[in-house]
Amino acid sequence: MITTSSLPLSDRLLTLVLRLCGVLAALVLGGIVVVLLVQALPFLINEGAGIWQSTWQPGQGEYGMAPMIAGSLFVSVLALVLAAPVAVLLAAWLRYFAPRLRRPVLAGVELMAGIPSVVYGLWGMLVLVPWINQWVPPGASWLAGSLVLGLMIVPLALLVTDAALGQLPLRYQRAGEALALSRVGMLRRVLLPRAAPGIVGGVVLQFGRALGETMAVLMVCGNVVQWPDSVFAPVRTLTANIALEMAYATGDHRVALFASGLLLIAVTGLLLMASWRLRGVSHG
Amino acid sequence: MQFGLRWLGGAVIVLFLVGCGESGSTLTVTGSSTIAPLMAELAEHYETETGIQVDVQSGGSGRGMGDVRQGLADLGMVSRALKADEQDLDGHLIGRDGIAIIVHRDNPVRALNDDQVRAIYTGKMQRWDAGSTEGRPIIVVHKAQGRSTQELFLAHFQLEDSQVQPDRVIGENQQGIKAVAGDPFAIGYVSIGTAIYEADNGTAIRLLPLEGKPASLAVLAQGDYPLARELNLVTHGEMSQPVADFLAFVTRTDMADVYHDYYFLPAAE
Amino acid sequence: MADRVAWLAGWVLLALVMVPVALMVTALWQQSADVLSVGFLLEDPGRAGRSGGIAALLISTGWILALCLLVAVPVGLGCALYLSESLPADSRRAQWLGGVLDMLAAVPSIVYGLFGYQFFAITLGLGFSILSGALALSLMVLPLMIRSAEQAMRAVPMGYRQARDALALSRWGWVRRILLPCAAPGIAVGIILSAGRALAETAVLLFTAGYVLRRPDSLFDSGRTLSVHIYDLAMNVPGGMPRAAATAVVLVALLVVLNLLVRRVLRQPMTEALV
Repeated sequence: MITTSSLPLSDRLLTLVLRLCGVLAALVLGGIVVVLLVQALPFLINEGAGIWQSTWQPGQGEYGMAPMIAGSLFVSVLALVLAAPVAVLLAAWLRYFAPRLRRPVLAGVELMAGIPSVVYGLWGMLVLVPWINQWVPPGASWLAGSLVLGLMIVPLALLVTDAALGQLPLRYQRAGEALALSRVGMLRRVLLPRAAPGIVGGVVLQFGRALGETMAVLMVCGNVVQWPDSVFAPVRTLTANIALEMAYATGDHRVALFASGLLLIAVTGLLLMASWRLRGVSHG
Repeated sequence: MQFGLRWLGGAVIVLFLVGCGESGSTLTVTGSSTIAPLMAELAEHYETETGIQVDVQSGGSGRGMGDVRQGLADLGMVSRALKADEQDLDGHLIGRDGIAIIVHRDNPVRALNDDQVRAIYTGKMQRWDAGSTEGRPIIVVHKAQGRSTQELFLAHFQLEDSQVQPDRVIGENQQGIKAVAGDPFAIGYVSIGTAIYEADNGTAIRLLPLEGKPASLAVLAQGDYPLARELNLVTHGEMSQPVADFLAFVTRTDMADVYHDYYFLPAAE
Repeated sequence: MADRVAWLAGWVLLALVMVPVALMVTALWQQSADVLSVGFLLEDPGRAGRSGGIAALLISTGWILALCLLVAVPVGLGCALYLSESLPADSRRAQWLGGVLDMLAAVPSIVYGLFGYQFFAITLGLGFSILSGALALSLMVLPLMIRSAEQAMRAVPMGYRQARDALALSRWGWVRRILLPCAAPGIAVGIILSAGRALAETAVLLFTAGYVLRRPDSLFDSGRTLSVHIYDLAMNVPGGMPRAAATAVVLVALLVVLNLLVRRVLRQPMTEALV
């Protein structure tokens, strides 16, 4: 039997280095949380409850983040509601209705996934917002943010769905064909439900990414700190808030922004764990 | 894979070599995002002439003052006059700018008085057609907190930020310009220099006069424009020679054209 | 009947997704037409970015990217090796580490910016510099790098590992001569994907690498990447829109090239590698 002590020096070194690397990843996550916590803790202890208020006026010591938390959630949820069905159905369509289109379209979609969010944001600001403005002013709004975010979510959600469908055993499709089911019926009753855990898990992950998006929402959401009274109302997300105010913030204001960063980590962490459950992945 | 590695290594080396150049001393200037583009260009000229590099970073007037106090920057860009509690800093006037109210070019409104502006920004006046409840809504564009443009605007109209009911909050001047240019119902306020530049270049905005005084550089030069502001470079404590040299440079008469390029007034005018 | 409706509906969905993006890219192309040329790539920006080109920015971007990968690739490989070689696939530690990595991948990019600002720029005193930006970016792409490399390593056939044990090869020898060369394509894909992710990032760099337009002389200089340049030109510089569009075209072109590289290396669509 090969024991550790009988391994050559290079191997022992290697094992050590590898173990360090493994620990490093955990350290990084811990480090991020710790650094943010150290900054934000005094603030959280003193004014923590204030975060749940609705008034964000740092100049007057008010740090109510509730409307912005709502802003982040609302924009992301609507984006998901718009994008997920499109992505899932399109992926299914590509696989079962237009297989010859599948490769080129997937190629195009991969490209879409790589376009920087600044570019999507620019387009949103210069084209989408004025267009919405013609229907319901002011244009820069919750809806604009969700549309742009939705467009950004579709590519990856599509790829994930395609991958999930690809993992299904071929016999499901064959069985459906043998029973002369229509393709729609087969999808509805067999394929999609079977692939559902993988799809839903992947889509929930996209929700996390949507929550974390900064640049695009900064440019199209209007950035007004308020509870929206309609989809056409401007909102501000937590991420856009950090980007907008970080450079200009001092003292308590800055610390409040760090606290909002922690909040973001907490929420995305929770979403992640939900996605694990759905995909049936166990992460201890 | 070996071949690929060699390519990669070569590319990296070339990249580093191409980037390396002369290294003289460096000055750091941080602060107002209004002044930053102007300062960046002045810095380019300065480097061409003297070989000394000047790093320009934006971050807001407040950041400029803070960095200078902490020694993180040699000079701070501040787009307003120094307040009473900021006298530990030395302000050096380098130029003048103002804040203009802008609307969309197709908006028939030609002028607004102070009370109307106040009413619009506090949400009391909601439609362009006064007194109507239907008709074109006024879309109020406001700057985000902490920007000196916002502070000056609020101070002039004697408003608190909490009283303002914005429909859209923007960060930098250009975002404000684009917001108003893209919306026939919008009203906003930005630096005069930026606004005149854009309007002259065909962007769909119009500057409104304030208290009857048109928003033009001529009026600003005469000192008649009500919402004028100073553009300052601030220092803390004793000035080193390089800093003094740079200050002298940016206020030199032959640099005036750069200011005019941005539609600011150099201090001498 | 339902199938025919579905067939049509699919086309609608396709148009819904592809048309806006096509419009976007066309609009960018049009806006930048006057400005885009070979000279644009070779000249330095002038007049705060309103004239000239983006040469200095390409260099800054190159430096940040190179440094980011220089840090992320070795650490990522090390972690992936640890996961695939030192830990059995279903051990508690492997699952736990996988969970941590998933968490890191889910953290919003602006939080990496905050962390980078607080830790690299302030605590470590690196200030606004290429170093700060590259380190923050490397943390952000680390999970992606690790996951790609790990997948590639796990894909190495079981038979190889059994042969290794039968021959009593040293671990380092195994890694160096067999595992890495075998997993090389997948690892290369991970590197390219990470590069693409880093290139597209703006928020992280706003607080770490700064805004300076000049060619950087050292890693401690501040520098602007292409994505930050797009943002600044569009948001802060009067008359900056055409060059913002042109820079966007260059950036998208770069990403397309990277994407093509991935396909070349894999010789199959990405989805099959994701599975």
